[in-house]
Amino acid sequence: MRHLIEPEDLDLEEIKQLVNVGIDMFENPKDYAKVCEGKILASLFFEPSTRTKFSFDSAMYRLGGNVIGFSDAETTSAKKGESLADTIRVMGYYADIVVMRHPKEGAPKLASQYSSVPIINGGDGGHQHPTQTLTDLITIQKYKGRIDGHNVAFCGDLKYGRTVHSLIRTLARFGSKKFYLVSPEELQLPDSLKRQLIERYGVELVEVHFIEEVIEEIDILYMTRIQKERFFNEADYLKLKDSFKLTRDKLKPAKPDMIVMHPLPRVNEIGYDVDEDPRAIYFEQSQLGVYIRMALISKLLEVGPYARG
Amino acid sequence: MLEVKGIENGIVLDHISAGNGLKIFNELFSETECPVVLLMNVKSKVLGRKDIIKIEDTFDVNMDLLGLIDKNITVNIIKDGVLIEKKFASVPATIKGGIKCQNPRCISHTDDYAVPTFTLVKANGKLEYECSYCEEISIYRF
Repeated sequence: MRHLIEPEDLDLEEIKQLVNVGIDMFENPKDYAKVCEGKILASLFFEPSTRTKFSFDSAMYRLGGNVIGFSDAETTSAKKGESLADTIRVMGYYADIVVMRHPKEGAPKLASQYSSVPIINGGDGGHQHPTQTLTDLITIQKYKGRIDGHNVAFCGDLKYGRTVHSLIRTLARFGSKKFYLVSPEELQLPDSLKRQLIERYGVELVEVHFIEEVIEEIDILYMTRIQKERFFNEADYLKLKDSFKLTRDKLKPAKPDMIVMHPLPRVNEIGYDVDEDPRAIYFEQSQLGVYIRMALISKLLEVGPYARG
Repeated sequence: MLEVKGIENGIVLDHISAGNGLKIFNELFSETECPVVLLMNVKSKVLGRKDIIKIEDTFDVNMDLLGLIDKNITVNIIKDGVLIEKKFASVPATIKGGIKCQNPRCISHTDDYAVPTFTLVKANGKLEYECSYCEEISIYRF
């Protein structure tokens, strides 16, 4: 039995295969409409989520399976002080696979130690969010033809953005050697991650202060949300927020086949006028998240393309 | 000179750097019901001054936690008044229990089932350990 707690739980070949299966599911959904018939996904969201929860629910229904679960821990035994381990043990009798989001970091790992069914980490605090990384990778594969070998810039909150941390590390595993980092001083990539990227993967990190400095060179622009509460005072936030906002004007010099990605929710870091630009693919990215999750559920349940024998 | 008699059955923690004795007592033995003697600032050829702890009627000591506080400690196991074994503390490569993750968002603070294993990632000057649950690095300084 396998779990997905962090992207490193999958080797590069497995990730490539998941991405390819996900794309095939996107292109030929009818072929997979019954692979999870009779299976149940427990969707345990101890904290709110929109895209992750509903994309998993949608993925399971599209595979012909069923979904049980909650999206508010206030209505569960966790509220009464039940240990996560006990909740998960019991869940093994009710469902064939579990996806969980939890505010505490390491909670899915704890769950995996007591579970009799596969556990998928749907986000644990600021720690890991592996299915967002898979979503990003399927998007890169679909729109750029391959996962590695692109000039990628990450823009916005690179300090607290777990999606950035997971993706940059995974792209480094795939062999990417150079990344552009565009962020305010306060929200730069953590030193420990920089050190890991440089020492373990031999990556070159180029830090710049404005999107305009790199926009012509890059193939992928990965935008993230800058939250007001990350700044010491509102004046700093107001001063800086527009520097890291993508507008149609800033996008003009970019390559015609460059893509703009965003894990969503977007607040004001991408102008609404950018949405019409064909390079803006963040909504398609969100759509592809359903199909990579279909592939992942199939893999962990060993059904459909992953059936044994 | 202050004299403390030897023990018949128990353990003697020797070569504790002066000042660390009280830390070790507080971390490891503050709740024991066994007789304990803490000697501080004892003359030592090697260390100049050292602390010693003697505990009677127990042979149980967390060597990992000892190594974390002071890697020079020697633990002498005494049975029937005879030294039967010497153990040497060292900086542990992994440690489970006894210390807490310093990341307040870690599941180990709210769920009793979550007892993390800490893995040493760096030991130049300060000891940096990675939590098996949240993967945050905690620095331990006693």
